[in-house]
Amino acid sequence: MDINLDFIYGHLPYWLFIILMLSGLFIVVSRGNLIKKIVGLNIFQTSVFMFYISIGKITGGTAPILLDKSYSNSDVAYSNPLPHVLILTAIVVGIATTSLGLALIIKIREEYDTVEEDDIQKMDEKDLMTYNKKNVLEFKS
Amino acid sequence: MPIEYLIFLTVFTPVLVGGLNLIFHKTANVRDSVTLLGALITFYFSVNIFLGFDGQATQYKFLTIMPGIDISFHIEPLGIIFSLLASSLWILTHIYAIGYMRGAKEKNHSRFFLFFSVSIASVMGISFSGNLFTLFLFYELLTLITFPLVSHKGSSEALRGARVYLSILLGTSIGLQLLGIIWIYFSVGTLDFVKGGIIDGSFGPFELIILVGLFAFGIGKAALFPFHKWLPAAMVAPTPVSALLHAVAVVKAGVFTVLKVGVYIFGVESLSVSGATDWLTWLACFSLLFASLIAMTKDNLKARLAYSTISQLAYVVLAFSLANSLGVLGGALQIITHAFGKITLFMCAGSIYVATKKTNISDMQGLGRVMPITFLSFLVGAISIIGLPPMGGSWAKWFLIMSSLEADKQFVIIVLLISSLLNIAYLLPLVAKGFYLNPADQKEVKSFKEPSAFIWLPPAITAGSSFLLFFYVDYIRNFMVNFGLVG
Amino acid sequence: MASEIKEGTLDLINHLPILQVITPMLIAPILVVLNNKTLSWLLSFLGALACLFISVLLIQTVSDGSTLTYSLGGWAPPIGIEYRIDAANSILLFLISIISVIVLIFSYSSLHVEIPEEKHTLFYACFLLCLTGLLGVVATADIFNVFVFLEISSLSTYVLVAQGSYLDRRALSASFNYLIMGTIGATFFVIGIGYIYMATGSLNMMDIAERVSELGDSRTVQAGFAFIVVGMGLKLAMVPLHVWLPNAYTFAPTVVTCFLAATATKVALYVLIRFVFSVFNYEDSFVNELFFFLIMPLAIIAMIAASVIAIFKQNLKKMFAYSSLAQIGYMLLGLSLVSEKGLASSLVHMVNHGFTKAALFMSLGAFMLNTKNVYINSLQGLGRSMPFTSAAFVIGGLSLIGVPGTAGFISKWLLLEAALGSGYWLVAVLIIVSSLFAVIYIWKIIEVLYFSESSESYSEVNVLTLTPIWILSFFCIFLGINTSLTVEVANMAAEILFK
Repeated sequence: MDINLDFIYGHLPYWLFIILMLSGLFIVVSRGNLIKKIVGLNIFQTSVFMFYISIGKITGGTAPILLDKSYSNSDVAYSNPLPHVLILTAIVVGIATTSLGLALIIKIREEYDTVEEDDIQKMDEKDLMTYNKKNVLEFKS
Repeated sequence: MPIEYLIFLTVFTPVLVGGLNLIFHKTANVRDSVTLLGALITFYFSVNIFLGFDGQATQYKFLTIMPGIDISFHIEPLGIIFSLLASSLWILTHIYAIGYMRGAKEKNHSRFFLFFSVSIASVMGISFSGNLFTLFLFYELLTLITFPLVSHKGSSEALRGARVYLSILLGTSIGLQLLGIIWIYFSVGTLDFVKGGIIDGSFGPFELIILVGLFAFGIGKAALFPFHKWLPAAMVAPTPVSALLHAVAVVKAGVFTVLKVGVYIFGVESLSVSGATDWLTWLACFSLLFASLIAMTKDNLKARLAYSTISQLAYVVLAFSLANSLGVLGGALQIITHAFGKITLFMCAGSIYVATKKTNISDMQGLGRVMPITFLSFLVGAISIIGLPPMGGSWAKWFLIMSSLEADKQFVIIVLLISSLLNIAYLLPLVAKGFYLNPADQKEVKSFKEPSAFIWLPPAITAGSSFLLFFYVDYIRNFMVNFGLVG
Repeated sequence: MASEIKEGTLDLINHLPILQVITPMLIAPILVVLNNKTLSWLLSFLGALACLFISVLLIQTVSDGSTLTYSLGGWAPPIGIEYRIDAANSILLFLISIISVIVLIFSYSSLHVEIPEEKHTLFYACFLLCLTGLLGVVATADIFNVFVFLEISSLSTYVLVAQGSYLDRRALSASFNYLIMGTIGATFFVIGIGYIYMATGSLNMMDIAERVSELGDSRTVQAGFAFIVVGMGLKLAMVPLHVWLPNAYTFAPTVVTCFLAATATKVALYVLIRFVFSVFNYEDSFVNELFFFLIMPLAIIAMIAASVIAIFKQNLKKMFAYSSLAQIGYMLLGLSLVSEKGLASSLVHMVNHGFTKAALFMSLGAFMLNTKNVYINSLQGLGRSMPFTSAAFVIGGLSLIGVPGTAGFISKWLLLEAALGSGYWLVAVLIIVSSLFAVIYIWKIIEVLYFSESSESYSEVNVLTLTPIWILSFFCIFLGINTSLTVEVANMAAEILFK
C-alpha cells in the first residue's frame, strides 16, 4: 500500500489538531499536579480553537472585510469569519474555566497545603476514616 | 344512596377513623369507642352495598391517571363477600384488640389503631377494585401499611420479621405481579375486570402458563410455596394483627386477588380449556401438604397456626387452578369459612397468651380446665378448619372435591383427605392436652383464669358463626349463583 | 429589538422565550452591586418566581402542539440565533423554574448553616447564573449557543459545589474534578459542533436537520455525533463517565445538591435528545446502532450497578447520588429504545425524578440542620421527633421505588410499557430488578428513622423549611395521580420530536 502523501499534507491542520488534543488530554489524565492538569486542559482546548480556525480557512481567501458595500463582488473569496467569532466566545469560556480552576487550586492549597492529587486523595481517605469513626461532622462555628 | 358514594364511604370511613385515632390519642376510651363506631359504620355501608347490589357490573371511575389507566371500582359477588367478611370481623377484632392491647401491655396504642384502620381501608379498596391497576394500588398500600403493625414491638426480632415480610411481599408484587399486569395491559390494552376474562386469545399456550405463574407467585399474599416465608415471619406482630390481618385481611386479600384475577382477567373457561393451570394444581397440592407437615413440627402455637394458614390458603389457589365454577365456589367458601375458623384460633392463642403468657403448646397442659370458653372456641374453630361437619369449613372442602371430580383430577381428593388428617393431627392435640392432661405445675395453673370478656367473647362469637355457616351455606351459594359468579 | 416589534405588535407572549432566559441573568449583577443578604435572597426569589410564571405561560402556549420561535436581535434564522419553544422543552423549563423557586424557599432558612453569611450574595448571584445557563440550554435552537449556556451553567455549578468547603474541604477537590471532567465534556461537545458545522455550514438545529438529511451517510456528521454523545455523556453522568457526580453531589451544600440533582443532568440529557431527534436523523442506522450497542447496555449497567452500590453507602447524600446515577440509567434507557413511547417515558421520568430526588435531598437537608450529619445512623428515631420531615422523606422514597400512586410509578410503568413495546423482555425484567434494589436502600433508611431509639432528641424544623419539602412531596403524589401535566405533554413532545 503506498502512502498517500497528499492525504497527509492535505489534512495537516487536522493532524496538528489531533496531536495537540491528545497531548492535552494525556497531560490532564497522567499528571498529578493540579496546575499541570489545568495546563493540559488549556492545551486541549487550544487544539479545538485551532481546529475551528482551520475550518474557516479557504484556499486563497482573504480576510473577510467587505470593501464593496453592494455585496455584489463575488470574485473575491473570503475566509469564513463565523468560526473565528465562535472561537472568540470559546476562548472567553476557556479563560473563565482556567481562572476558576486556578482559584480552586488556591483554595485547595490553603486547605490541604498541597497541589498534588495523590496527597489530596490520601488526605481525603483519612478524612473519611475519621468522619466514619466520629460519625459526626461538626459544623465550623 | 348511589352505590358509588357507598363504595367511597366504605373506603374512606376507616381512613377517617385512623385520623381520629391520632386526634384522640390522649383519651384511650374515647379513641377506642370512636374506632368501634367507625367499624360498625363501615360494616353498615358494606351491608348496604350488598343490599343495593342488582347484579349490574358497572364500572365507577373515580380518577383517570393516564389514558387507559383509571382508579375505578365495581361491585361483584366476590368483592361483596370479602368486604362483608373483613368489615364484620373488624368489629370483633377491634373489641378483642382493646382487651388484648391493654391486657398484654403493648405500647403505642394510637399508632397501632391508626395503621389498623387504614389497612382495613385498603382491604375495602381491594374488594371493590374495578381493574387490576386499582387492585394493585391497594394491594401495595396494604403491604406498606401493615409493616408498622408487624414491627410494632420494635425489638430487633420484630424488625427482622417485618423485613422478611416486606421484602417478600414487595419483591413478589413488584418483581412478578407488576410485570404480569403490564404484560396484560400491553397485549390487551385494558385492565378492567370483566366477567369471563379479558385475555381471550391474546396469549399463546406457553405465554399463558408464564402469565399464570407471574400472578400465582406474584400475589405473594397468597403465600404459595416457595414465597410463604413471610407469613410465619409476620407472627411477631401482636395477636390482633395476626388474627385479623394474617388470618383474614392480608392473606385473604391475596387469595381473593388470585380468584378475582382467575374469574375476571383469565376467565374460568379459557383457563380450563388451555390447561395453563395444571402445573399449579400440583404445586398447590404440594404447598398444602408441605405446610401441614411443617406445622406439626412447630411447638409455638402462633407459628403452628401460621403454617396451617399457608396450607389453607393453598386450598384457594388449588380452587383457582381447577378452573371451573365449582372450584370458584369452593374457593370463595374456603375464604369465608377459613376466615371465621382461623380468626377464632388466633384469638384463642392470644387469649391464652394474655392470661398465662404461654406461647408453646407443650406448656399448655391442663389449661382447658381453667379457661373452658377459650378452649371450646378453639375446638370449634379447629373442627371447622379440618372440615368436619357440623362446621362451615366442611362445605368448602365438599365443593373442592366436587370441583376436582369435574376437572377430572381425582388425585386432588386424596391430597385433600391426607391434609384433613394432618390438620387433625396438629390442631386437636392442643385441645386434648388442655382438657385431659395434668399440668406439670398444678398450683400455677390454678392461678390462671379466663381474661376479660373483651378477650374471650369475640372468639366465642366467631366460633358460633363457624357453626352457623354450616346451615346457611346455601344462602351464600345462591347469592353467588344468582349473580352469575358461578354457574 | 425583535422582529415582532418592527411589525408593530408588542405582544408580550412573543418575547417570553428570551425573558425566560434573561430574567435571572439580569438580576445576578444587581445582587452583586446591592450586596445585601436578605435583599439578594428576595430578588433571586422574585426572579425565579418570574421564571416560573413565564414557563407556565409558555407551557400553556405550546401545549396545543405549536412551536414558539424567537429570533434574537431580529436576525432571522439560520443566520441569527433562534430560540424555539415546543412541548419538549417547555416541560423542562417548567421543571427547572419550579425547582429553583422551591430550592430558594428552602435556602432562606437553611443556607446560613452551610455557607457563611458574607458569601450569601455571591452565592445567589451564582445560583441565578446557573439558572440562566440551564434555561438557556433548553430554550435555544442554536447549537453553539447551547455550548455557551452549558458552560455558563457549568462554571457557576463548579463554584456552587465548591461552596461546600465551608463544612468539608473535600468539596474543593470534588469541584475541581468536576471542573476537569466537565470541561473535557464541553470541549468534546464543541468539537462535535465543529464537525457538524464543517459538514453543514449551519448552526441552527432546524437548518442542520435539513442539510444532514440531504448529506446522507456522512462520516463527518457521524464523527460529530459521536463527539457530542461522549461530551454530553460526561455532563449527564452516563456510566462510565460518571465519576465526578457522587463526590460533587455529596460535598456540595444541600441546596445546591437539590438543585443539581433535579435539573442539571436532565438538561444535559435533554440536549442529547434534541440532537438525536431534531438535529440528526434518528432513523439513521449509525444512530440506532450507537444506541443499541452502546447506550442501552451502559444504561442497564448504570441501573443495576449504581443501585447496588447505593445499598452499601453509609453517607446518605452519596447513597442518593448513586441512586441518581441509576435513575439517569432509566432515562437513557427510555431514550435508547428510539421509540415514541420510550422517549415519552424518558421525558416523564425527567420531571418525576426531578421532584422525587429534590424531595429526598431536601428532607435530608432538613435532617442535617438538626443532626449536623448525613450518615445513616444519625437518623435514629427521627421519625418520632421530626414527624413531618420524615413523612415527606418517606413519600419521596416511595416515589423513588415506584410504588403505585406516586410519580415514580408512572414513569416506571411507561418505561416498562415502552420496553415491552420494543420487544425487550429482559430489559423489562432488569428494570424491575433495579427497582427492587431501590426498595432495599430506601427501606434501610425508613427503618432507622422509625424503628430505632434515639439517644438525642431533636425538634422539628420550622415551617419555612418544611414548606418547600412538602411542596415537593406533594408533587411526588400529585404527579402520580394527575398525569395531564407530565404524560400528555411528554407524549406531545415525543410526537413533535419524532416528526
